[in-house]
Amino acid sequence: MLTGALIVVISFAYVGLLFAIAYYGDKRADSGRSIIANPYIYTLSLAVYCTSWTFYGSVGRAATTGIGFLPIYLGPTLMAALWWYVLLKMVRISKAHRITSIADFIGSRYGKSHLLGGLVTIIAVLGIVPYIALQLKAISASFTTILQYPNTLVSFTSETMPFVQDNTFYVAMLLAAFTILFGTRHLDATERHEGLVAAIAFESVVKLVAFIAVGLFVTFGMFDGFDDLFSKAAAVPELNALLVQGGAGGNYTTWASLTVLSMLAIILLPRQFQVAVVENVNERHLNKAIWLFPLYLFAINIFVLPIALGGMMHFPAGTVDADTFVLTLPLSEQKTWLALLAFVGGLSASTGMVIVETIALSTMVCNDLVMPILLRWKFLGLTERADLSNLLLAIRRSAIVLVLALGYGYFYLAGEAYALVSIGLISFSAVAQFAPAMLGGLFWKGGTRLGALYGLSAGFLVWLYSLLLPSFAKSGWLPITFLTEGIFGIDLLKPQQLLGLQGMDEITHCLFWSMIVNVGLYVSVSLWRRPTAAEHSQANLFVDVLRHVAAGSGSRFWRGSATVADLQTLLGRFIGPERASESFAAYARSQGINGVEQLTANAVLVHYVESQIAGSIGSASARDMVASVVVEEPLALEEVMTIIDEASQALAYSRQLEQKSRELEAATNELRSANQRLQELDRLKDDFISTVTHELRTPLTSIRAFSEILGDNPQLESDQRTKFLGIITRESERLTRLINQVLDLAKIESGAAEWHPSALDMREVIEDATTALSQIYKGRGIQLTTDLPDGLPVVYADRDRIFQVVLNLLSNAANFCDKPESKVHVSVIEEDTALRIEISDNGIGISAADQNIIFEKFRQVSDAMAGKPKGSGLGLAISREIVQHYKGRLWVVSTPGLGSTFAFTLPLPRSKLAFLAA
Amino acid sequence: MIRPTLKGQRLVALFLLGWLMFNYPLLSLFAGNARLWGIPLVYVYLFLAWAVLIGAMALIIERRDH
Repeated sequence: MLTGALIVVISFAYVGLLFAIAYYGDKRADSGRSIIANPYIYTLSLAVYCTSWTFYGSVGRAATTGIGFLPIYLGPTLMAALWWYVLLKMVRISKAHRITSIADFIGSRYGKSHLLGGLVTIIAVLGIVPYIALQLKAISASFTTILQYPNTLVSFTSETMPFVQDNTFYVAMLLAAFTILFGTRHLDATERHEGLVAAIAFESVVKLVAFIAVGLFVTFGMFDGFDDLFSKAAAVPELNALLVQGGAGGNYTTWASLTVLSMLAIILLPRQFQVAVVENVNERHLNKAIWLFPLYLFAINIFVLPIALGGMMHFPAGTVDADTFVLTLPLSEQKTWLALLAFVGGLSASTGMVIVETIALSTMVCNDLVMPILLRWKFLGLTERADLSNLLLAIRRSAIVLVLALGYGYFYLAGEAYALVSIGLISFSAVAQFAPAMLGGLFWKGGTRLGALYGLSAGFLVWLYSLLLPSFAKSGWLPITFLTEGIFGIDLLKPQQLLGLQGMDEITHCLFWSMIVNVGLYVSVSLWRRPTAAEHSQANLFVDVLRHVAAGSGSRFWRGSATVADLQTLLGRFIGPERASESFAAYARSQGINGVEQLTANAVLVHYVESQIAGSIGSASARDMVASVVVEEPLALEEVMTIIDEASQALAYSRQLEQKSRELEAATNELRSANQRLQELDRLKDDFISTVTHELRTPLTSIRAFSEILGDNPQLESDQRTKFLGIITRESERLTRLINQVLDLAKIESGAAEWHPSALDMREVIEDATTALSQIYKGRGIQLTTDLPDGLPVVYADRDRIFQVVLNLLSNAANFCDKPESKVHVSVIEEDTALRIEISDNGIGISAADQNIIFEKFRQVSDAMAGKPKGSGLGLAISREIVQHYKGRLWVVSTPGLGSTFAFTLPLPRSKLAFLAA
Repeated sequence: MIRPTLKGQRLVALFLLGWLMFNYPLLSLFAGNARLWGIPLVYVYLFLAWAVLIGAMALIIERRDH
């Protein structure tokens, strides 16, 4: 009925359609109009979880365990509820650090470790390649089944026909071509493949539609709805036994462990990481996928049991393999086109898985296995090669071919072996080993590289020993005694009854022991010692990723020096010069800079380049490559400032403190100087008293001496007596004058003096003073001249005091004039705001040093020529006090030997000024 | 994803509820010969619980909080 040629044409046409869709998807992506940037396509791409193992295998599993097929889909449903935290974190981290595979993720989390990335890759390849083989086998089996019907029994037990085997080979080749074409079209830092995702989403629609179509046909075409189908099944004793054997297919432990296993698989399978994390366009798509993806699983599982029951009732027991019911039921009812649809559905389930898994594995093999090794081999000189992008693409493509070849080879060799048929759950168990390092790394900062390494290795070994090797034994590749008697006949080491543990199925047994050692070593070795700086820094970036909103600024605290050109060349070596220059231009635009030449090679750019390269060769190698052109240097000042930004408050506070302390210091200084001034004044007071007493004693001594002479010599001549009495009188007068002056000064200084200001004509005051002293001047032969202009403005002052000042200055001048032809000149000059009175002499003059001190009390010019001081030493002090009282100034200008000019000012009253101006 | 806290916590609660519904011992309550609409009770229960769970997830995700 269906010829081989038709089947082949349909198969190849279908894959051709995938090419077309992927091509269209890539073209749309290139023109910026993505067809996959919505949550529905994202959800459909996640459905790559449902492989041929779902499409054909679920029915087979349901036929033997009843409801036992369900945990594989309930687990992911439960996990979807946790995606909000788990998957979101993974997506954020991966986008920020350009992580492109689960091996890269785990390696990067633990200080960018090559070793861990490599180990994860090896585990993934060992666990997943047989799974790929299973898909190829499903394709081959469906070929055989549909071609040889109604000779249905041959499909899974007989030797595969050479023709079918060839076809499977061609399909594998075609898939490799597809994957290379759309998976490694170019090297891109994001490693996103829009066309491929579009094709995968399309495949998810095809397999869902096909399966539901068959389910509807069986339930409502062959039977009269669910009620009818289940009632009839209940009538068959064997089926009834299957239906009532218990809620969990008979074993709640198996049920729970399968749930856990599939929960982990949905985030840890390389293909799931690829579609959910790497190919994610926008993390918002995650939202809808949280409920849409479980809905997809729900939909594809509704008809599993009806098809299984229908098949078991329709075909005599043992005549048809339950795995093929999806195909054979439509065939048996002559629904050829429905069978073809089912065949295409199965093909889509297989090819989708193979394509995505191959991409994911080849990325891992290239980035985390081959490149780190090649880069380490110095003699290859890879670190110096100008353009590595072609080499990278070649490695990536070889890896794809290698993975598919391994898959095909395993399928070819294993054939019907147990090791292949049971590989689904064995694969799940392998990737479950990533869980402690992955989930621990996402939520626990304390996990270290060594902890992850030990845990992962131990878990992997337990899995190898208790699950993979036994499956080889069951396939006859290892002596069966290995299974029944344990290695070397040691009972406790029986692979599936380790330490004598019994009562568990093999999957639960492996899960239990592998998780005990994996989690145990991961935690205990991690706690053994402190994480290194690199581990700690990565741990913070990963665990706190939801808090670090500004993703990508991970190396803000890292600083190096490099040129922009160096970095661009480096990037060009991995993704090609053109794409590198595009990438730099895009970066410049994102930074708001006009051109690449204006970029500065700062930490952000270095991080950008590192993450771009990480997309091509993995984060650990990228770190090494960037370090080769970037010379690290200590943190720059701005960054230090940023770091201490939080401390700026404290800084301001400290500045306030500093200010306060400065003020305090100033106050202290003022106090100190005030104190000094006080001490100075105290000293002056002492000086004053001693000087006053000294000055008083001189005339007193004189008076007393002459009084004694007069008393002792009564017979003294009268003219002699008169002379002595005259001396006594003069000295007494001097004494009186001195005391008056002291009192006067004390009064003025204390502010207790009485002032009687009146309108004063300075001309009159000076004339009076010169008249009063004219006799003295005449007597000494000093020529006194005056220059007193008419119409001088009046000043307001105490007449007696000002008269005292003028008199004082005139007598001083007389005292300084000893030589013949001495002259004293008095003049009054009207200034803008004051009157200036000058009294000049041509006497001995005053030295510069003395000019400062003559205004102090009791200071006199001690000059040999002046002989004994002629005044009290208070005159100038009192004069200055008087002038200053009227806001005037008293000063002296003098040249020793040529004479002195004493001058003082008296301010003019403002009203007077105003009056004069008017 | 802007305000992850409340929605996220609701989803975690839903996960716990789901784990409870899909496993021993609650699951064992529905084992046995009982049938609903001719279908063994445990199948009806599992698929209904599954549907309810998905519905609740959709409600939590799609509801706009104000």
